Amino acid sequence: METTVKDARSEVNLKELVLSSVKHNTKQYTMFLALIAIWVIFATLTEGVFITPRNLSNLFVQTVTTAILAIGMVLVIVAGHIDLSVGSVLGFTGAVCAMCMIKADLGVLNSVLITMVVGLVIGAWHGFWVAYRKVPAFIVTLASMLAFRGLIIGLTGGQTQGLEMAPEYVANHFKLIGQGYLPTLAQAGEGQLHDTSLYAVVALIAVFVLASLRKRAARMKYGFPVLPMRFESLRLVLLSLIIALFGAIMVVYLGIPWAVIFVLCLAVLFSFIASNTTFGRHLYAIGGNPDAARLSGINVARKTFALFLTMGVMTAIGGIVYTARLNAATTSAGQNAELDAIASAVIGGTSLMGGEGTIPGAVVGALVMASLDNGMSLMNLDITFQYVIKGLILLLAVWVDMAQRKK
Amino acid sequence: MSEFILEMRNITKEFPGVRALEKVTFQVRKGEIHALVGENGAGKSTLMKVLSGFYPHGSYSGEVVLDGEVQRFRDLRDSERAGIAIIFQELALVKYMTIAENIFLGDEQCKRRGVIDWNRTYQKTSAVLQAVGLRLNPATRVIDLGVGSQQLVEIAKALSKEARLLILDEPTAALTETETENLLKILGELKAKGVTCIYISHRLNEVARMADRVTVLRDGRTIVTDEVVRMPQERMIQNMVGRELTNMYPRRARPVGEVVLEVKGWTIEDPVKEKVVVEDISFEVRRGEILGIAGLMGAGRTELVMSLFGVWGKKRGGEMRLMGKPLRIESAYDAIRAGVSLVSEDRKRYGLVLGMDVKQNSTLASLERIARFGVINKNEEIKLSSKYVTELRTKTPSLEQRVGNLSGGNQQKVVIAKWLLTRPRVLFLDEPTRGIDVGAKVEIYNIMNDLVDQGVCVVMISSELPEVLGMSDRILVIHEGRLTGSLPHAEASEQKVMYYATGGA
Repeated sequence: METTVKDARSEVNLKELVLSSVKHNTKQYTMFLALIAIWVIFATLTEGVFITPRNLSNLFVQTVTTAILAIGMVLVIVAGHIDLSVGSVLGFTGAVCAMCMIKADLGVLNSVLITMVVGLVIGAWHGFWVAYRKVPAFIVTLASMLAFRGLIIGLTGGQTQGLEMAPEYVANHFKLIGQGYLPTLAQAGEGQLHDTSLYAVVALIAVFVLASLRKRAARMKYGFPVLPMRFESLRLVLLSLIIALFGAIMVVYLGIPWAVIFVLCLAVLFSFIASNTTFGRHLYAIGGNPDAARLSGINVARKTFALFLTMGVMTAIGGIVYTARLNAATTSAGQNAELDAIASAVIGGTSLMGGEGTIPGAVVGALVMASLDNGMSLMNLDITFQYVIKGLILLLAVWVDMAQRKK
Repeated sequence: MSEFILEMRNITKEFPGVRALEKVTFQVRKGEIHALVGENGAGKSTLMKVLSGFYPHGSYSGEVVLDGEVQRFRDLRDSERAGIAIIFQELALVKYMTIAENIFLGDEQCKRRGVIDWNRTYQKTSAVLQAVGLRLNPATRVIDLGVGSQQLVEIAKALSKEARLLILDEPTAALTETETENLLKILGELKAKGVTCIYISHRLNEVARMADRVTVLRDGRTIVTDEVVRMPQERMIQNMVGRELTNMYPRRARPVGEVVLEVKGWTIEDPVKEKVVVEDISFEVRRGEILGIAGLMGAGRTELVMSLFGVWGKKRGGEMRLMGKPLRIESAYDAIRAGVSLVSEDRKRYGLVLGMDVKQNSTLASLERIARFGVINKNEEIKLSSKYVTELRTKTPSLEQRVGNLSGGNQQKVVIAKWLLTRPRVLFLDEPTRGIDVGAKVEIYNIMNDLVDQGVCVVMISSELPEVLGMSDRILVIHEGRLTGSLPHAEASEQKVMYYATGGA
């Protein structure tokens, strides 16, 4: 009797396992598929201009600021909050950074550090009101959204502050953050492969495959269900191909941009924070059930405060990269960036109810949002439709997500 | 016409991977109170969801026959129109609306299209409130009512829809003795008026008192339907669990050791109502004993333990000592560090993060133990949580199962595992067996016994008198925030506990 029950169960389990894994992965891949679909559509509409390595490489760089904000935003939304100020604060911190270099001649490193401290202080301001004064984050950050848009004008005098006004060596170094590429060692003519970038992509794939296999082995050791090897290898090959594809695009053009490497590092770091640290776990618990979190001995206020500090620093980083890419601080910098960041997180599967969301999802979400911007600009589409289409895509993405969840 | 108001024939309902109901037959006579009993997961709620159209026609096989006619309900509205009203375990009232608004929610009494006729609404509300014995202003907000009154409002709502078949899912689980008495009385009156009632309950003594007939479900099948008078409780339990339970309350008498926790003059104020709800309570807990805390709902028992745990109320006075050393507890964090843990009464609200899995919930209160520099050691997490899954015999497909998908009894075990992982010296259990089935209850009692054997002091709040009497070595009785009685096991009886619980006058 015992054994028959057990056998029947393990059989059901295998079937369920493969099914659930396929389902789980389709969810992961639908985002990629949607991205590819968007690319195919734009490629057709722009007669191939969209998918040239040059354009896609630019696209990746354009994604960077949104991705940085989205990475932080995932944690904020997971904990059951929202940050509407990131657009204005991004613009403000970017302006702080530019002014440090232009007016105060502080050099790149000092300016960057000061900017990050400013981000930290702004985060502390938000954290204080949300965590210790219990004002809803929506209101606190809405207030900042307005206030910092005003402060940008105050700081820049309402004028675009181009970095060419800074000392030349400073401007050149700073530019690298937003516009530089991994250097190529072997010097040769046009159309050559960028060797260091190529090695970096190969190394990345190797690390990814090894890490996945190690995780699988660990799961088997603890008796967790794992996919049969043939499914697992299929999965690994598919994902490696995707990495290779993205890598190839950049290797063929000018190499991997520093900004992209930077975002990947942040994504890995924050994924680790989300799933492997007590801080991350506590944020998910607070978003999932604040009462249970409090009764489990979690200091909800302190974690919330730390969360907004983190978001503040991430926004400052976004501001630095944005300013470096534009080579200037403008009064409109970061306008609507909060909406792009929130949209990216949500498209990437983060639940606005809190307690659920992943960093890699948000990065792909950011890529989707940037692709829409990039593609529609290439098509010279009327700005009216650009906004309308982006809005509708967001609506559609969330509806698809909700429909899938219901099942 | 047949004698049955309702016949469910050969109902089979499958979920992916599970057959929840298998050819269930269920017949209810006109005007009777029909009890439906069975362990959690036996299929009672599923059967009622089929009946009420929650699972629409076509998602199950078999027939639902009402008054001799086969019904094809597509949703709850369809079944409501046919005169079926279901009152779910989790009350479905809108807390910030008034009684009247709740009762006519979705069925607003209107003058013209869309304009509410408040006079008629209040008038009708008063009438149905009277029918359920509630003397309340229809404009009272639901949030200001006790659970017992809320339950009655739900029934009033059903009556306002002229329900002929009333389904009550565990209506007394959250009620005090008096409230329960009142509810049972009302049900008797409704029966006299010809309302048929299906009554789902774990409380078999209520079933024995109230019901005319009883149907026992086990593992998704009908085991037996019979007159209640021909079904003594032992036989009911035997049918429910499929085996004989020799001892419902496996209390073990142990030699009592030194005082571990000492509370003196504990006085707590409700921060919202600015009213003292726990007044000058002193007691001690000794090693090797299970201390029971009895009292009526609202007597201040939950407030007492929540405040001792540092998560509720404004302290007005009193002190607390653990092993003779004074304790200052201002948050759950302080309590956990000191070795005091609390399994709270509402596991879904205070105990679990439903979207997280078994292992994440198990380790939530003790992450520091398995983390270094804030990085969680995931291997250790798996080891510890799986140890408690085995020890507490939690039934879960894997450690990665979301706790929202577990049954009540197994959810409770996950909560207990979470608190055991904090290695408590004193464990408060607030209604540890509420809403879980008979088999799982006994398992929880055994866990309590094992803990006491390991030297943990167990303090249990319970509204179920047989449970407090059966398991506690000593019983404290609280009435309106004050300690009115302390009874050793040998001297305790239902009468005595009730005597003190009602004020000892």
